[in-house]
Amino acid sequence: MEDPARWGGPYGPHWHRHRGPFWLRHLGTGGPLRRDTADRLVGGVAAGVAEWKGFSVNTVRIVFVLGAIITGGFGVPLYVAGWLLIPAAGEDGSIASRARSDSTGIALAAGLATLFGFVLFVAGVFNTGWPSSWAWPQVFTVAGFTLIWRNASPDEQATLRRLAEPLSGVAGPARPTRRSAIRLTIAGLLVCGGAGWVASGHESLALLRPLGGVVLVVAGIVLLFGPWWLRLGRDLVLERQARVRAEERADIASRLHDSVLQTLALIQRRADDPAKVVQLARLQERELRAWLFEGRSPGETDADATFAAGVRQIQQDVETLYGVPVEAVTVGDCALDENLKPLLAAAREATVNAAKWSGASVVSVFAEVEPASVSLVVRDRGKGFDPSAVPADRKGLAESVHGRMARHGGTALVTSSDGEGTKVSLKMPRSAVESRSGSAS
Amino acid sequence: MSGVPRVVLVDDHGLFRSGVRAELGRQVEVVGEADDVQPAIELISSVLPDVVLLDVHLPGGGGQAVVQAVKSAHPQVRFLALSASDAPEDVIAVIRAGARGYVTKTISTPELADAIRRVAGGDAVFSHRLAGFVLDAFAGGVDAAGGTKPSFDPELDQLTSREREVLRLIAQGCTYKEIARELYISVKTVESHVSSVLRKLQLSTRHQLTRWAAERRLT
Repeated sequence: MEDPARWGGPYGPHWHRHRGPFWLRHLGTGGPLRRDTADRLVGGVAAGVAEWKGFSVNTVRIVFVLGAIITGGFGVPLYVAGWLLIPAAGEDGSIASRARSDSTGIALAAGLATLFGFVLFVAGVFNTGWPSSWAWPQVFTVAGFTLIWRNASPDEQATLRRLAEPLSGVAGPARPTRRSAIRLTIAGLLVCGGAGWVASGHESLALLRPLGGVVLVVAGIVLLFGPWWLRLGRDLVLERQARVRAEERADIASRLHDSVLQTLALIQRRADDPAKVVQLARLQERELRAWLFEGRSPGETDADATFAAGVRQIQQDVETLYGVPVEAVTVGDCALDENLKPLLAAAREATVNAAKWSGASVVSVFAEVEPASVSLVVRDRGKGFDPSAVPADRKGLAESVHGRMARHGGTALVTSSDGEGTKVSLKMPRSAVESRSGSAS
Repeated sequence: MSGVPRVVLVDDHGLFRSGVRAELGRQVEVVGEADDVQPAIELISSVLPDVVLLDVHLPGGGGQAVVQAVKSAHPQVRFLALSASDAPEDVIAVIRAGARGYVTKTISTPELADAIRRVAGGDAVFSHRLAGFVLDAFAGGVDAAGGTKPSFDPELDQLTSREREVLRLIAQGCTYKEIARELYISVKTVESHVSSVLRKLQLSTRHQLTRWAAERRLT
């Protein structure tokens, strides 16, 4: 599990990343030079230097590549030397220190370097020019790579294997399919043909020769390595997606921590008070639902905005105050107008009455927004009462429900009987201005 | 339907499965449990229960995947979706895939046993929430945009006023018996109204439903 402190706020550990000029990421670590294997493209040397001196890693990479081109290929063995000699972050010794005791590796490196040098010598006899001046420094690269290959940490070897994958793919895939066989054949023909064209000495084609040959070789190389490059690109995309997912998870975790875990802690502390526990659980459930299924963050109230939100608010308040679950279902929604506010007030009164007096374990509220009117039904299966037996001086129903509704042109109907529960049906016409906007908010 | 319905429980929470199994007791015969889509499909195909109690949310692809996979080969197996999720899209999706009903996990045990019996007998079972969703989705043929309705089969894509009435009462938390008494019809008639709503939901052209679902997600 990750350290929770990392979710601590908007100013996490990376907040300073984008300050200052683009080539200067931050003021270096001041520590010893270490290869940064976490942020590497090849060996992590550039990332290590960037971290060490506080440059942007991409700037360092560009300088490295330019250096390799200007020095005529000497940059590559220099890079390999850096890879060999600079210890990776979190490791004790460099690869070179381990390679000293690897006598087979040294012998192999020397052998391969000699072989490569011999090949270059032979090639140079036939075709002197830029390839050999570029290639000679790579004799050291070959030797260095051999040592790295044999002595790198398991983690780095995995990376090397991935880099070497296309070569093994060329050598022969595990299950050769027809398509890959055709691809390899065409690629081989193109590369050989192109190389042959470059090497052939036909005077009349002297100008076209290098160009055509290079095109063929490039086409062959694309055919050979294309699938691998594609896969590499896909891997990058997958990696990015994984990172996004991890961030989402962190966000969810922090929200759960703020809400659910807090409530669970409260519930544990109030375990001896069942009513309070139910109330806390309902409150939390509603908050979580609102966040998960309706995308509203906890604490965000929009009770003033729409009718459905007003019904939700009634549900929430009654549950919190009286500890009776309210099952609210709303169909459609519309903006609140002058008529709907009294409707909500009457509905609240009816719901509170049901929660307080009916003794029912649950109160249902059903609201439907129709083109011309809004209806709302509050129903419980409690003990009920005889509406005709209610004394006239009891304000609750008469004033808060009937009176309110009548004053705004609505109707209220209360049906109840002993032992059967109570049903309060409210209906309010929507004002003319509002009737144009439909149920889609 | 004679005897106790044979039931398979599909839910990824073992605790919930054992809870349901214990509470239902002898009212149903639990013949198997599964915790994910693939095992559920295999189990259902081999034991062929009367009713599958199906969680809408499963790790391997959601409840509708199970319904779709089993429905064609074994149409006699009926599904009752049971979920804590009230996300309307999910609920509608599993219903449209072919489930015979949807109830929330907060349902009481006698009500659940009753719902299972109804589904086993071929009826549809709507929770108050599902009734709300359906009313919302069919939205009374009222078009908010101002009258440009997509062309669809009016027979299928409209609810009759009686069906609407029944759904409203279900949404208010009424039992079938209460609805029957309130509307002066028999319980059997209530059941047939609910079944016909379910059929319309599963067969209706998608225009309104998809638009409705999209709106729900946005707002």
